[in-house]
Amino acid sequence: MYTFSYQKPSSVADAVAVLTGDDDAKAVAGGMTLIPTLKQRLAQPSALVDLGSVPGLTGIRRDGDALVIGAMTTHATVAADATVRSALPALAALAGGIGDPAVRHRGTCGGSVANADPAADYPAAVVGLGATVITDRREIAGDDFFTGLFETALEPGELITALRFPLPKRAGYAKFRNPASRYAVVGVMVAETAAGIRVAVTGAGPSVFRVAAMEQALNASFTAAALEGISVDAGDLNTDLHASAEYRAHLVTVMARRAVEAAR
Amino acid sequence: MPVSITLTVNGKTTALTVEPNTLLVDAIRQHLSLTGTHVGCDTSQCGACVVHLDGVSVKSCTTLAVQADGRSVVTIEGLAAPDGTLHPMQAAFKEHHGLQCGFCTPGMVMSAVDLARVNPDATPDEIRHWLEGNICRCTGYHNIVKAVESGLQAMKTGASAQAAE
Ligand SMILES: Cc1cc2nc3c(=O)[nH]c(=O)nc-3n(C[C@H](O)[C@H](O)[C@H](O)COP(=O)(O)OP(=O)(O)OC[C@H]3O[C@@H](n4cnc5c(N)ncnc54)[C@H](O)[C@@H]3O)c2cc1C
Ligand code: FES
Ligand code: FES
Repeated sequence: MYTFSYQKPSSVADAVAVLTGDDDAKAVAGGMTLIPTLKQRLAQPSALVDLGSVPGLTGIRRDGDALVIGAMTTHATVAADATVRSALPALAALAGGIGDPAVRHRGTCGGSVANADPAADYPAAVVGLGATVITDRREIAGDDFFTGLFETALEPGELITALRFPLPKRAGYAKFRNPASRYAVVGVMVAETAAGIRVAVTGAGPSVFRVAAMEQALNASFTAAALEGISVDAGDLNTDLHASAEYRAHLVTVMARRAVEAAR
Repeated sequence: MPVSITLTVNGKTTALTVEPNTLLVDAIRQHLSLTGTHVGCDTSQCGACVVHLDGVSVKSCTTLAVQADGRSVVTIEGLAAPDGTLHPMQAAFKEHHGLQCGFCTPGMVMSAVDLARVNPDATPDEIRHWLEGNICRCTGYHNIVKAVESGLQAMKTGASAQAAE
């Protein structure tokens, strides 16, 4: 690791001030993505700003017809939380399927969303459930948040403080895991929301995306059979040593069917 | 710029001076000479480095020492009784041949002990899932799963024996 200085801000405003004043400073949340990156010398921040000491960024609360989850809430907490498990079991299952227990004990939902890894699980939840990303300065609709490979709508120095998930009528998540890393080769979130069906796919393309044809078919009939014969174009998908674009396209339909069957 | 931190490791509180980029595992192994915690990879995947931070299993190779400032750490050296009597989970690994070369064992045992916190009645299948972040190159895992099953039971018996005292 290159050297860096270490800061423990005591408020979101302090953290934002440090990050805004120094373009090379970086926030650290659970560190489950950032620290491996630093160890491989793929990043050279001047300072790490530890969000772990900032009060008010953890916790899960019911807010009317939505769940609000603090950015520093760990995957393990989301997976085990009684409110999430009863009100939004698909999200508890998604969080409980990330990495392994030690990763889930440190990794946070805010860090996962900010990082926008193409194979991460949370982007499928944010887009598939129509969530809102709450930052220190504004609210960003999930549909507008992920802008490309590891790219988001966040401005330099902007911090996620919480995620707001409107509660769907039912939702299900299915992923085909990379057996070594447990990241999604393909993951699909299917949700029946007040505004209709949403289908969001992670792992397959450079960034999470929705599948309009599947949403239409499921609006007509919320059954796995309704997805018969609907597939996404392999031309836009990723090929790597784990799976070809064609195989990923095939998996999208299979995972979507499983997500419908898992929906509760 | 070096930073002063305080760690309570295996019950003993120590003041340390570390660089901001010192990993918790390096603080444990090099500053405190507790070499039971191992490093088996560079990619946060093998789990040989698992310790308990405030009672919860974490990868010490993917945690900065400064992030553990003021907190409590338990390493494999902290499990056995002061007289050397093995922790029930350690005894179960020995009894069931849950190790061959032993390199992964400290992390396996620390993860397994943490399973008792969340799921003391874990089934063999749940044990396998819990140990997904712990890689073993030798055993083929079957005896590890047997050891953890038996270790969880022994921890329960130990706990109820203590409660009865
Ligand atoms: C072995 C292993 C397996 C994994 N498997 C999976 C998996 O199956 N699925 C999956 O989805 N993920 C997986 N992960 C990644 C894990 O979920 C991470 O926890 C997550 O991607 C990043 O969260 P973090 O809190 O650790 O963030 P950090 O690593 O601390 O930060 C990541 C990035 O986000 C920025 N950031 C952090 N918090 C905020 C914030 N509140 N506002 C703005 N920016 C912020 C940081 O500056 C940094 O650039 C795995 C990781 C490991 C090591
Ligand atoms: S040394 Fe491999 S996960 Fe920590
Ligand atoms: S016993 Fe050798 S790596 Fe597990």
